[in-house]
Amino acid sequence: MHRGWTEGKEDQGMVAYTAREMMAISAGRFIKDGDILFAGTGVSMLAATVAKRIHAPKSVVFFETGGIDPSLDELPMAVSDPRVMSGTSVNSGLIDAFSIVGHRKLHTIAFLGAAQIDRFGNINSTCIGDYHKPDVRFCGSGGACDAASLASGVIIFMQHEKKKFVKKVDYLTSPGWLEGRNSRKKAGLPRGGPIAVVTNLGVMNFHEKTREMYLAEYYPGVTLDQIRKHTGFEMDMSKAVESVPPTDEELRILREEVDPQRLILG
Amino acid sequence: MTSHTDIENKLMTPKEAVRKFLKDGAQVAIGGFTINRNPMGIVYEIIRQRRRNLHLVCHSNGQALDLLIGAGCVMKVEIAYGGNGRFAPTCIRFRKAIENGEIAFEDYSNYQMSLRFLAGALGIPFIPTKSGLGTSLLRLQGFSREQRKARKTARKKCVTLQNPFNGKQDKVILLPALNPDVALLHAQYVGEDGTVRIKGLTFADIEQAKAADCVIVTCEEIIPRSVIRADPDQNALPPFLVDAVVRMPYGAHPTACGYFYDYDPSHLNMYRRAAKEDVLYKKYLKEWVHGVPSHEEYLDKVGTETLAKIKADPALGYAPGLDRR
Repeated sequence: MHRGWTEGKEDQGMVAYTAREMMAISAGRFIKDGDILFAGTGVSMLAATVAKRIHAPKSVVFFETGGIDPSLDELPMAVSDPRVMSGTSVNSGLIDAFSIVGHRKLHTIAFLGAAQIDRFGNINSTCIGDYHKPDVRFCGSGGACDAASLASGVIIFMQHEKKKFVKKVDYLTSPGWLEGRNSRKKAGLPRGGPIAVVTNLGVMNFHEKTREMYLAEYYPGVTLDQIRKHTGFEMDMSKAVESVPPTDEELRILREEVDPQRLILG
Repeated sequence: MTSHTDIENKLMTPKEAVRKFLKDGAQVAIGGFTINRNPMGIVYEIIRQRRRNLHLVCHSNGQALDLLIGAGCVMKVEIAYGGNGRFAPTCIRFRKAIENGEIAFEDYSNYQMSLRFLAGALGIPFIPTKSGLGTSLLRLQGFSREQRKARKTARKKCVTLQNPFNGKQDKVILLPALNPDVALLHAQYVGEDGTVRIKGLTFADIEQAKAADCVIVTCEEIIPRSVIRADPDQNALPPFLVDAVVRMPYGAHPTACGYFYDYDPSHLNMYRRAAKEDVLYKKYLKEWVHGVPSHEEYLDKVGTETLAKIKADPALGYAPGLDRR
């Protein structure tokens, strides 16, 4: 059977998994065993949990609210969900949690989502339009700015749309590589920065020197033209390869063990 | 030796607590986090008593924030996040109020707001962090110069500083301390001596309480002094930091209170639908806040069937298998 994903349609007989499943699995593959994972509640929860159950059993998930390494027998619906404080090693509060995010001894990976992203991986989760009189107001930073400032690395989840992949974000909520090259370090942030952007079409990484976003992977069934059409800035696609599709084992764990109620998978 | 009647002069009804300690224009810090341990019982009472021009100072607030804004009690917010988790990724009345220019607002991050409370608790005027360097949080002021003249409002949002101890490249942001007029928090237990015990995550409740001029604690249970003092490692605040204690079982509903009850998905979904339409929202406020003059009547309205559904497993802390769609 050909396995590919096209625009989220699952009814064509050729598609064996959804974009969201592919995103969770793609992001999960970036996790190294032993990473300390700062998770949100959406796809990031799935990515962290799948990775933990497949190739990164020593990784630990924790939440900005203070729950460290919960058993996660049920998926949380918010980072304050009582499920993030169940079966934990330590329950604490926000200040303790952020001391883990930025801890000098740990390799911490934060998962973030946003409304807009630019080519240096700076993200906006605050507003569209003028800050003072926004066309659309979003939730705001929460802990996103803190994680983006302090973690060892950041993985960003986005819907791949032209209006979201923009030349300049309307509000820079969470720092990526700022203006590229060594501008992040110069601004006073000695470590961290985004390592990957995982969308419903593919995976982007950042150039080691320029810190510009480039296409690393496109999902099976997705074309480069499709990605170009949905990106609001010039993006290098010369290094792009087709993603390895999810394995049966990855899909089984995701569907049967991680999100059987399809609370996040939909 | 103190007797178990230590909190007699602090024990009060929600009506009395709000009347006595929460004035129009007060700066208020709300305990809990998005859909967990919001001091809802006191929030409903604030709305019933029609408090106005409140200045909320928040890390990640959800249901309590949205209701206070929706009911017209709020003039300005300093905030990191307004959302109800997956029930409303952005709180709806919060979003509308900002888009319609109805409230003044200034954005910070969760860590920044928590540190500001910590600074207030420690009695220092400002506190450094590296979080936010290079961002719009640092560059864009929310409040106007005029609005900054108000009481308990910092003259500047934040400033950057080179590390005075070493290194030219080493920068930090300085954040102004917060000392709210009132901190509201909902805890699982208060001892008869006034000691507060919070089970599960404390969020920034302890820093907020220590930073505030006045602390109102609502709780699920009041337990004997001998019990709360038998395990002091579990306790969060000593009695002398607490000004008012209100016994209020299910006082965080429809948000969760770990080990007692889960959040109420059906109520939070109903709230989201109501919040989208002004007419429905007025109806919601009338039905669920103004129409139920006391907490007991509110719980009757929620109904024993719903309360049974959200009842937490005392070992897990939540209600396993609860339908959360």
